Amino acid sequence: MRKRIGITLAAFVMASLTAGAAWAAEPIKIGAILSVTGPASFLGAPEAKTLEMLAEELNKKGGVKGHKIELIIKDSGASPEKAFSFAKQLIDENKVFAIIGPSTSGETMKIKNVAEEGKTILLSCAAAEVIVNPVAKYVFKTPQKDSDAILKIFEQMKKMKISKIGVVSSNTGFGQAGKAQIEKLAPENGIKILANEVYDKAASDLTAEVTKVKAAGVEAILNWSIEPAQSIVIKNARQIGLKVPIFQSHGFGNIKYVEAAGEAAEGVLFPAGRLLVADVLPKGHAQKELLVKYKKDYESRYKEAASTFGGHAYDAFLILVKAIEKAGGADKEAVRTAIEQLKGVVGTGGVFDFSAADHNGLNIDAFEMLTVRKGKFAILKQK
Amino acid sequence: MAGITYGTIYAIVAIGFNIIYNTTGIINFAQGEFVMLGGMSAVTFHQFMPLPLAILCAVIVTLLIGAIIEIVFIRWLHKPSVLRMIIITIGISILIRESALHVWGESVRALPYFTGTSVTSINLGGVYVTPQVLWVVGVSAVAVAVLTAFFNYTLLGRQMRACSANRDAARLCGVNAGNMVTLSFMLSAAIGAIGGCVVCPITYVQYDSGTPLAIKGFTVAILGGLGNSTAAVGAGMILGILESFSIWVLPTAYKEAISISILLLILFVRPSGIFGSSEASRLKEF
Amino acid sequence: MRARYLPVVAFAGLVVAIQLATHFTDSAYHLTQLTMTAYYSLLIVGLCMLIGYAGQISLGHAGFFAIGGYLSAFLTTHNLAPHQAGALISLLSKSGLLVTRSDLYGGSLLTVHPWCACVAAAIVTVAIAYLVGGPVLKLRGHYLAMATLGFGVIVYRIVLGTEFLGAADGISDVPGFPLLPGLEIAGKSSLRVPNYYVAWGLVTLGMVLLLNLIHSRVGRALVSIHGAEDAAGAMGIPTARYKLNTFVLSAVFASLAGVLLTHYNGGIGPSEASVMKSVRYVAIVAIGGMANLWGALSMSLVLNYLSLRGYLGSFDDAVFGTILILIMLFAPDGLLRRHLFSDVKRLVTGSAADEEAP
Repeated sequence: MRKRIGITLAAFVMASLTAGAAWAAEPIKIGAILSVTGPASFLGAPEAKTLEMLAEELNKKGGVKGHKIELIIKDSGASPEKAFSFAKQLIDENKVFAIIGPSTSGETMKIKNVAEEGKTILLSCAAAEVIVNPVAKYVFKTPQKDSDAILKIFEQMKKMKISKIGVVSSNTGFGQAGKAQIEKLAPENGIKILANEVYDKAASDLTAEVTKVKAAGVEAILNWSIEPAQSIVIKNARQIGLKVPIFQSHGFGNIKYVEAAGEAAEGVLFPAGRLLVADVLPKGHAQKELLVKYKKDYESRYKEAASTFGGHAYDAFLILVKAIEKAGGADKEAVRTAIEQLKGVVGTGGVFDFSAADHNGLNIDAFEMLTVRKGKFAILKQK
Repeated sequence: MAGITYGTIYAIVAIGFNIIYNTTGIINFAQGEFVMLGGMSAVTFHQFMPLPLAILCAVIVTLLIGAIIEIVFIRWLHKPSVLRMIIITIGISILIRESALHVWGESVRALPYFTGTSVTSINLGGVYVTPQVLWVVGVSAVAVAVLTAFFNYTLLGRQMRACSANRDAARLCGVNAGNMVTLSFMLSAAIGAIGGCVVCPITYVQYDSGTPLAIKGFTVAILGGLGNSTAAVGAGMILGILESFSIWVLPTAYKEAISISILLLILFVRPSGIFGSSEASRLKEF
Repeated sequence: MRARYLPVVAFAGLVVAIQLATHFTDSAYHLTQLTMTAYYSLLIVGLCMLIGYAGQISLGHAGFFAIGGYLSAFLTTHNLAPHQAGALISLLSKSGLLVTRSDLYGGSLLTVHPWCACVAAAIVTVAIAYLVGGPVLKLRGHYLAMATLGFGVIVYRIVLGTEFLGAADGISDVPGFPLLPGLEIAGKSSLRVPNYYVAWGLVTLGMVLLLNLIHSRVGRALVSIHGAEDAAGAMGIPTARYKLNTFVLSAVFASLAGVLLTHYNGGIGPSEASVMKSVRYVAIVAIGGMANLWGALSMSLVLNYLSLRGYLGSFDDAVFGTILILIMLFAPDGLLRRHLFSDVKRLVTGSAADEEAP
């Protein structure tokens, strides 16, 4: 698929240019810096596909306020120096209206200043909280907050009367930011961390780490990672006969990770956005209709399962379009202010309520506690 | 146990290095990619056929790729300099990796466990082991035994050894040295692929999992003395076990840094390897 | 003026011409990528000196780049204010080595001055290069390649695994590098043109330095080492010392490139230390013709620029791999062979091309 992106994109840009010429209004250029290849491609690839799909759909309907959307996707391969170069290019040369992405926190932090200086809206698809805290005027992000996910987990632990846990996290930005938050929030919630292990995101056997956790006598494992290596923790823990509940982060929200862990994944608990359980959501849930539609569109178009990561790009696009509608046109300043005033926008990640102080707009309700049942994601039934 | 699994796969890569080094004097930096190719193609084949057949097909495909690489890139070069060979094999390794990325995508794949499931474990004297570890060790042991027998007792194997001992003399005796080199690439690709298939249920495989293996495999090959495959098995175990113990002392993230520091130390102090005497390493006996 | 400097003048002319061209075609945004290219080129010419002239391959130069970049990034972003009471910090502060600045959100930071950080990075690089280079350069062939590759992987693993270096996210919010009042090395759009000239000015300076070195006694000694190390040794050339010094020199070039690019980009990530980067650098030197500084420089200009502009898309690494194989198979002396280049030069200058030969 990804090999086609460049070509599709070129064709698409041409098409939208010619199509746009027929319209009086100029197309709105939206840049996207995503790690379509490289170590973070599991984030960037579905994000890029989602954006292409949405832009095409919107343009068919005639665009937003008479403007067609012209999408410019750049593959950064998760290298900050490329993200920097592309951000400059998009702002100075393509004069884009807004930038969606980058996919990783490291890249986002590198181009935060560029977006601020270029007065260009940046809608990051990366999770780290430092992106919007402290708030930078032009920088927003769509994924849920780590701290809310952790609080959701602690809430569940309290219900299960668990107080002694072992924390294992990957050595990436996602893992380390999560670990820091866990360490900060645990004492307030009466949780004791008995073992604290960090593993490499490219690790392929973690028996030694989980053995250390087992030796500490924990009542549950909290595994914080967004990379494939997290499945190995689950597998290895079960292999050495460690039978305590395993909690995962919202980074577990990819059915491939469940498949990779096989039977060991049964009963794993984790908080996540509701995309994964769209089909079994109760009728009338605010997000149900949107989630089912996104899932169906994405899966019929790309023949692969939709992931919450693609959802982050979906939300970024959605918020931008809503804000343009609200502002009544493509004026950067007006749209930026409009985003801050958006309330109750239903997205894939939750219901967004932005404000001048909150550039993320999601709260703890964005998460649902999920579990794995018979190799599938399911909503955890509270006893 | 992780140490032994890893040690075995390192040893397999190291043996792959040795086979090619022995017949050509080339270090094939793309050796790790053979392991990746083996695992990846086995996963693909397994969608259409039962596991044993899939593994067989994967090994054959990798073996053919090994042959093609030799014929296209290596065969027609006359006395290439070492620097040139290093750069070419690095280039090959990048090409294989990037092609794998575009063919298979970035997702992580795994074969199912040969026996049992991911949670089955056997209790061996108080230690829990997954049956797959036994498969890894068993298959690798058989592979090494077969190779040793091949080099010592068959005509073809002896011809290959003759080439490594003295290429011109072997050619004078009627051995087709060029074909022997192709054969050595095929053999080392095949053994890499077998290794890739047996460890892939435990370690998973991804388009870029080959390169780190090549570096570790080389470390092991050096540790055991370049060209000495029996010692490579022992050296593989040592490195694998050292690595899995190192995380008790240092953060896991530094694991690879440690094993490579060992490589550097060995290179500085005793390039002939810890098992090989410097004289033996000159004899290049398999 | 000696003929050797003619290309330097021509090159300086080209740099100015490019800037003027972008100015008049209203496409000054190209200068951002060109400036980044310049810093990578600084590393490339240093590496070319090592590979082409001293004949020693290094597959770990991204490591030195990262050492420079990360050290400088860490020192200039790490807030020392909480330790202000300490004797050492207050001493440094009084001697003017530290600087107080405000961050994006108005908070104040006390960090090491970029100049001091740069000097520190250079000193550390020299120390590490001597430490590593000493034993590594005793090795030859495969062993040398593997040892330098190993060094690169170690640096990569360390930056990736160390929390205060930002692990997988790297270090962000690195301040600009002040040169003169009102002029700093930074990615600000208002400073685009001056930064372009500063970067390429530094490359020109580096080239002049290396060209002088090549045409000196040292350069001739290096070429003799490349040709036949044992023979050179027998002639009384201290081969080990020359090799080591060249290694250290190229490491310092790489490290400074890392420092300056980090300040320009405002941050650095582990991808700068990856093995693939090191391989790319070697590829560029090989394509440029191994022992051909101008060839390496022009290839670096073209390839880095294309890559940073994103023209190669998802095939970025594959393109480098393919070029590497094709060059080594069909033109092991590089695309821009020395005599090819001097032929062209003879056409251009119409004189004394043999000056170019060492």
